[in-house]
Amino acid sequence: MQHESEIREPLILGNKSYHQITEDIVKPIEGKANKYWYILLTVSIICFMWGIGCLSYTIGTGIGVWGSNNGVDWAWDITNFVWWIGIGHAGTLISAVLLLFRQKWRMAINRSAEAMTIFAVMCAAIFVLLHTGRPWLDYWLFPLPNTFGSLWVNFNSPLLWDVFAVSTYFSISLVFWYTGLVPDFAMIRDRAIKPWAKKFYGILSFGWGGSARHWSRFEEVSLVLAGLSTPLVFSVHSIVSMDFATSVVPGWHTTIFPPYFVAGAVFSGFAMVLTLLLIVRKIYNLENYITIKHIEYMNIVIIVTGSIVGVAYLTELFISWYSGVEYEQYAFLNRATGPYWWAYAAMMTCNVISPQLFWFKKLRTNLMFTFVMSIIVNIGMWFERFVIIVPTLCRTFLPATWTMYHPTFVDIGIFTGTIGMFFTFFLLFSRYFPVIAQAELKSILKSSGQEFKTKAAANHH
Amino acid sequence: MNNNYTFTNKTRNITFGLMAIGLVTIIAGFLTDHAPEGVSHEEYHQTRIWANLLVNGWFFMGIGLLATFFMALQYVAEVAWSVAVKRVYEAVSSYLPIGAVVMVLILVAGQLHLHHLYHWMDADLYKEFLEDGVTPNPKFDEVLKGKEGYFVPWFFWLRTSIYVVIWCWFQKGFIKNSIEQDLQGGTKIHYKTMGKAASFLVFFAVTSSTAAWDWMMSLDPHWFSTMYGWYAFSGMWISAMITIILFVIYLKRKGYLPQVNDSHIHDLGKWVFAVSFLWSYLWFCQFMLIWYTNIPEEIIYFQDRLHNFGYMGLMWTVFAMNFVFPMILLMSRDAKRNYVFLVIVGCIIFIGHWLDVYMMVMPATVQGNHHLGWMELGTALGFLGLMLFIVHRALSKRSLMVEKHPYLDESIHHHY
Repeated sequence: MQHESEIREPLILGNKSYHQITEDIVKPIEGKANKYWYILLTVSIICFMWGIGCLSYTIGTGIGVWGSNNGVDWAWDITNFVWWIGIGHAGTLISAVLLLFRQKWRMAINRSAEAMTIFAVMCAAIFVLLHTGRPWLDYWLFPLPNTFGSLWVNFNSPLLWDVFAVSTYFSISLVFWYTGLVPDFAMIRDRAIKPWAKKFYGILSFGWGGSARHWSRFEEVSLVLAGLSTPLVFSVHSIVSMDFATSVVPGWHTTIFPPYFVAGAVFSGFAMVLTLLLIVRKIYNLENYITIKHIEYMNIVIIVTGSIVGVAYLTELFISWYSGVEYEQYAFLNRATGPYWWAYAAMMTCNVISPQLFWFKKLRTNLMFTFVMSIIVNIGMWFERFVIIVPTLCRTFLPATWTMYHPTFVDIGIFTGTIGMFFTFFLLFSRYFPVIAQAELKSILKSSGQEFKTKAAANHH
Repeated sequence: MNNNYTFTNKTRNITFGLMAIGLVTIIAGFLTDHAPEGVSHEEYHQTRIWANLLVNGWFFMGIGLLATFFMALQYVAEVAWSVAVKRVYEAVSSYLPIGAVVMVLILVAGQLHLHHLYHWMDADLYKEFLEDGVTPNPKFDEVLKGKEGYFVPWFFWLRTSIYVVIWCWFQKGFIKNSIEQDLQGGTKIHYKTMGKAASFLVFFAVTSSTAAWDWMMSLDPHWFSTMYGWYAFSGMWISAMITIILFVIYLKRKGYLPQVNDSHIHDLGKWVFAVSFLWSYLWFCQFMLIWYTNIPEEIIYFQDRLHNFGYMGLMWTVFAMNFVFPMILLMSRDAKRNYVFLVIVGCIIFIGHWLDVYMMVMPATVQGNHHLGWMELGTALGFLGLMLFIVHRALSKRSLMVEKHPYLDESIHHHY
């Protein structure tokens, strides 16, 4: 067992035994859902349905029903795509990078963060699939042997790299998430009383027996998947950023884009994890597992990534002036003071200035403040993508094409629909799947549980 | 347990020997560095030897600076395992003040026009007309005129002094607190240093980029890249990590640091592996985006480093050394626990990153007149000797193992 310094705060509060942990985590699955869960689910499903309606309308009529126009040919579609993909990154970072860094606090949050990743990537996929205009031909995105003529996908295009990056990302994340779930499913199976539940969780748990050999393979697979996922944390959003940075459009072509997009993605992802976990923790009574310390650590990640993003904003702004290239200078002047100045101001306030309040320990350990802040950050990061896309395209090289962009109800409807879908899936997940990786969590009980830490400290003196 | 490192006469003499080689080379360099054919004596300013000083000034200062960064990072991230090697990275960071002084001396020499590495330091470039006020100034540079607000001497020197003074102040403070911690114990000083480390990281986040623009990117005064600051940072970071791991292995081999086990070495190896990837990632993104778009203002940087002056072979060698070697050789767990492997990879990428700095400086300064000859080797050895001397001296001053750190127990029991 690992030795842990006394000054580290416990990560599992209260007098917990292994059995008690099982009981606490399985409770929402075995018990009945309360009314808040039904209310939230209903609202989410309504949004989701509305989104499906708007989506069908788009497919039936064409993307002319969106606000995108001849000048601003990318708008909410790509903004939402990048936003959702970014949100997914926290899951991969928590499960892979924090695993490699042996951060024990990840164990209370990794399961829901990974689920969030998968749902967020699904939401993102809707936008890319739809924005092609003829989604029924989307299989053309893959380099399939072509029988229609000599046309082949453009391997030089970052849009194609995106297809590979995002689909790899989705598959690896799904496998990673599912592998972690296997022992937990087995735990539910072994406790299940109803025959259908036994059957259902029995199939899901792949015949897990919990022998030493199973565990050893499980750990090996986790480590390999963590190794594969870590480069994905970087590559996916780097390639998304290259959709912009490989162009010659001023304001898009800037070399800092890949790492800055990655930092922004982790930033928005952690904000979304906080939004979800603060709700989950409350309605499922998981305060002993998702402690204030966990929240504080996540808030620290928010300050760090928010500040990295801030440094990148300032770097871009400074270099655009320093470059002496008029077009570059204008692109940034237009962002900050042009017709969409309010979007730029919202981005700066939400992403750079407000997270700095987390420097105060009082604020970063305050749950209500954290919840509000997590939403502010999500709004800010949506605006960041909007600022990169719309104000840039509405003022390109040719003034004759200068135009404004106005979203239609369909744009708003599809976006609302993805939010509905995201929450629908997440609520179903939290009802039928264990929201905390209990098998992993048990491995740190004796080194980081409150009771055990107190005992160890007493023995030491 | 022997935790007191003795800086033996033999080792001391080796470092003095290296420094002597460096000194002789630099003097000989100034005596023999003549203008190449086709360049007049007045325009040459002994660029080769000065550029050499800059390469080493930056490279070695970066090691001290990033060891300081690593130290701060360990505090802020509440890291326990690295406490067992804390004295080693503290010692490596102690090169920072010396390195910073060397850097400042090189910059002062530029301001006094003893060399012409920094083209923008020439005040004539900013004047549109000659003294009569009518005749256009043939040397006038419109692009630089646009950057005058940034390059104006008072502002440049203000920035430079702020970086250097505050970096060194933090470095000294960290060391002082670390000694104090050993004397007093408890957690008060630890938490105080944690706060201090957080403020250093904030300051460093901005100044690591601006210093890289001011001292390195400005060697190509017309060129710009938003990535440059982070790219330079990652290069300095990996150089510092290799230096730390090589010192740890050296001390282990000499029988010191008995409490440092394979898990500690493995973790250091992982850092080398990870930061190598970070550097490769940033290097590649900067290169690829500029190459892909092929915009004249930007591509000139890589044009100079690939086609114009015959650096192409070196350019790809550097990338291969710093990316492919660590990737292949340090991939497996066993390699990261094997001293021989670590030393081989460490030496390869130490040289690789020195060459990376060479590639940052030389194509912008000596351009076609580049050599990897006695002058380059001798100067580098001299600086290496200086750094080794400073670090060994710092190691011998204090116990090699911290005594009362709140994470000490956790670090000693580090196994996985």
